[in-house]
Amino acid sequence: MIQGLLDGLLVGSIVSLGAIGLTMVMHMLRFANFSHSELLSIGAYGALVFDRIFAALVPVAASSVGPLSLTWALFLAMIVAMALTGLSAIVIDKLVFKRIRETAGPLSMVFASFGVALIIRNVLALIFGLKPQLYSGDIAFAVTISTDPSLLVKPDQVFVFCAAVIIMLALHFVLSRTTFGYALRAVAENPALAQVAGVRLSTVIAMTWIIGGALAGAAGVFQALDNQVSPMIGSDFVLALFAAAIVGGIGSVYGAVLGGFVVGIASSLALVVLPPGYSPAMPFLIILAILFIRPNGIFGVER
Amino acid sequence: MSAPDIVLSIDHLVAGYVRDLPILRNVSLRLSEASVVVIIGPNGAGKSTLIKAVAGLVPVSDGAISLRGRDIGGIRSDQLARLGISYVPQTDNIFRTLTVRQNLLLVLRRSASGDKRLHELYTMFPPLAEKQRDSAGSLSGGQRQMLAIAMALATEPSVILMDEPSAGLSPKAASEVLTLARGLTERGVSILLVEQNVKQALAIADHCYILAEGRNQLDGPSEQLLSDPVVGEIYLGGKRMDPT
Amino acid sequence: MIGVLSYLVFFLSVAAILAVAVLGLDLHWGNTGLFNGGVAAFFGMGAYVTILLGGSPQPGQFGGFGLIYPTALLGGILASGVLAWIVGVATLRLRHDYLAIATFGVAVAFETLARNAEWLTGGAKGLRGFERPLEATIGNPFLFNVCFLVFVVAVLAIVYVGLRRLIRSPYGRLLRAIREDETAAQALGKSPARIRLASFITGAMIIGTSGGLYVTFYAYVSPQDVSPILTFQIWAMLIVGGAGNNKGAVLGAFVVWAAWTASGWALARFAPVEMQLYTGTIQYILIGLVIVAMLLLRPQGLLPEKLLISQTGSGGTRQPAS
Repeated sequence: MIQGLLDGLLVGSIVSLGAIGLTMVMHMLRFANFSHSELLSIGAYGALVFDRIFAALVPVAASSVGPLSLTWALFLAMIVAMALTGLSAIVIDKLVFKRIRETAGPLSMVFASFGVALIIRNVLALIFGLKPQLYSGDIAFAVTISTDPSLLVKPDQVFVFCAAVIIMLALHFVLSRTTFGYALRAVAENPALAQVAGVRLSTVIAMTWIIGGALAGAAGVFQALDNQVSPMIGSDFVLALFAAAIVGGIGSVYGAVLGGFVVGIASSLALVVLPPGYSPAMPFLIILAILFIRPNGIFGVER
Repeated sequence: MSAPDIVLSIDHLVAGYVRDLPILRNVSLRLSEASVVVIIGPNGAGKSTLIKAVAGLVPVSDGAISLRGRDIGGIRSDQLARLGISYVPQTDNIFRTLTVRQNLLLVLRRSASGDKRLHELYTMFPPLAEKQRDSAGSLSGGQRQMLAIAMALATEPSVILMDEPSAGLSPKAASEVLTLARGLTERGVSILLVEQNVKQALAIADHCYILAEGRNQLDGPSEQLLSDPVVGEIYLGGKRMDPT
Repeated sequence: MIGVLSYLVFFLSVAAILAVAVLGLDLHWGNTGLFNGGVAAFFGMGAYVTILLGGSPQPGQFGGFGLIYPTALLGGILASGVLAWIVGVATLRLRHDYLAIATFGVAVAFETLARNAEWLTGGAKGLRGFERPLEATIGNPFLFNVCFLVFVVAVLAIVYVGLRRLIRSPYGRLLRAIREDETAAQALGKSPARIRLASFITGAMIIGTSGGLYVTFYAYVSPQDVSPILTFQIWAMLIVGGAGNNKGAVLGAFVVWAAWTASGWALARFAPVEMQLYTGTIQYILIGLVIVAMLLLRPQGLLPEKLLISQTGSGGTRQPAS
């Protein structure tokens, strides 16, 4: 049970990172972006590519960081992948979503996001193969941190959790102590007033895609580090991300973080009772529950 | 004595949210330097819409808006500050989820001497300094209005557009706000305001425009309108007002 | 010759079955403005329940009640309706993209259940053992397939005509009024929520009919048949054909199904051996591109919705849609 909790915290941290970008875009542009979860896959594969490149260029970077299976090359690759994913997010918006929202309604953007998701997922499969891959050939051994109850934790998992929390704290710093952060929050609360206060909407929209994309990219790398690099990461996470955003309240970054942990822990604890085959349906049950109990989510505001 | 410069000119403005359904059908207006112009009229006349059109929040389909001779019709609202214009909406004019301090710092983002200006604003409005770390949503109605005005003043504008600044305020607070607006003209600021509180507004205004059904009805110096029986009947409760 | 004809009958049957589903989706999206992200779930409900009710008993397997065909099919249709009722009550009153997420989730949950609850759904193996109606009586397989095609086309025609009646009726006008401006519709004293729910359930039952016909045709259903790709295919058909236009919906079904089978055949034939594993992948990319391209370049579809213009006073309508 506590093992389930620990696993839940780990999964939760990944879902939280992914859900932040989703909730921001859903609130600002008023559309459910079914292709957001594919950004996790882009991040994961991006890191794979750059990891191989860096390791080839600077062989010494291929050594592991301490007890982790993470190498210095991969660590650097992750940062590059985050930037790449942020860039991908904004390019996709400029190419597809922006044009659709100028001529049609928000629901057309939802459709288009289905199409975009299909394309990204399958292009990745085409380029990299359907078979999942691993960052590192080393076997990551779990460490027994307690024998009764039996608790196992991989060093990589500790890294992922800590890194995720650090990233979220950095975002919190930006939102609470920088005027750029105030501008983001102002647009989320009242876009017209934000403009009057001198904030340029197009810039904020672009930055929201970049930041949300970068966070999702990080989430993808973390997921791949703990499991494997697979084209299915996006479709595995799509419902969980929506569940987290809805639980937390669309538009609330802190809600998405909280929601992510709720979804992660609930899913992991459910695995204690249910057969693993049912885990894809867990986020759906969470969504159904929250829609009945508190549709606006924990921090949500009725718009 | 030379005639004061015209700071803001609105000529035959046609504007509305939906192109074929204009709210403003043909409105013209002049705002002179360092003066207060008030716009009054019945509900639905288009008073707020006029202010919003100048602020770039309502699309303009015909006519012109010029700031010191420069065409500003159809500008993006985020360019207002750069032009030296500030706009105070009637409702939702502050960010409730940000603190008082964050609200002000946001507006001062682009200013070179942001910190200095912040302190100047705190000196002008001591209650804001006291509550600077409180969320704007927790302030009282009057304090929120004070914050909204402080935000408008932050960028040291030369023109301030205000939409019913006294709305929801006690008569005393309303009077304070309007007197503050009047006081700003002594520093060369020009004020264009919409008001429902006609008597108090006319008391501090230099010139007054009456709008109805999206068109000009009447305009003139405020003392003149105060003593006009027609205006008095329709807008001032039917009594002849003593202009003092 | 018989071979080509046989294939044509096969192709047309499947296309017609899918066209029924597209019509149901058109009622949801084209006429009521509802985003159904889980078409596969309602389709699957129709398919699974039909075979559970009408199939012959299988060892260790729930179902196989062997009910006569009309009852089994009706059961499947009603089951889809019930599912739609549950989902609709929970989500229709919320913002529109919540419906998209919730219906998508229903489809995922349905597929998960189908894959795991072996005792109920046969798990990954799926369900077999369905005696197709009148198959034994007709005898000749080719003749049976032709008769079945006729049957499917008849059902398609009934649904098509029924929907056309509905759309031209005052109820149809009300649906479109609600789609365009809910507040105004509410002012007229109609309850938009209830009407949308009714439309959602009806459309879902139409999709369920399609599922029932599908399982009748193949006499087999498995979780593969209710994967999200089916939802994307039906959506692509509607987007290509033209939402809000029943003719367009049917046209889209045939066009997209033709393109799907043609691309599948072309890839299997011309792609190098190493790529054979990726024919599905490439087809999925193509469907994604079709969806995005249509939305960017021709969102109204091949046959756009013709605007219904009511003349005030006389109450007549000019040029009805479809």
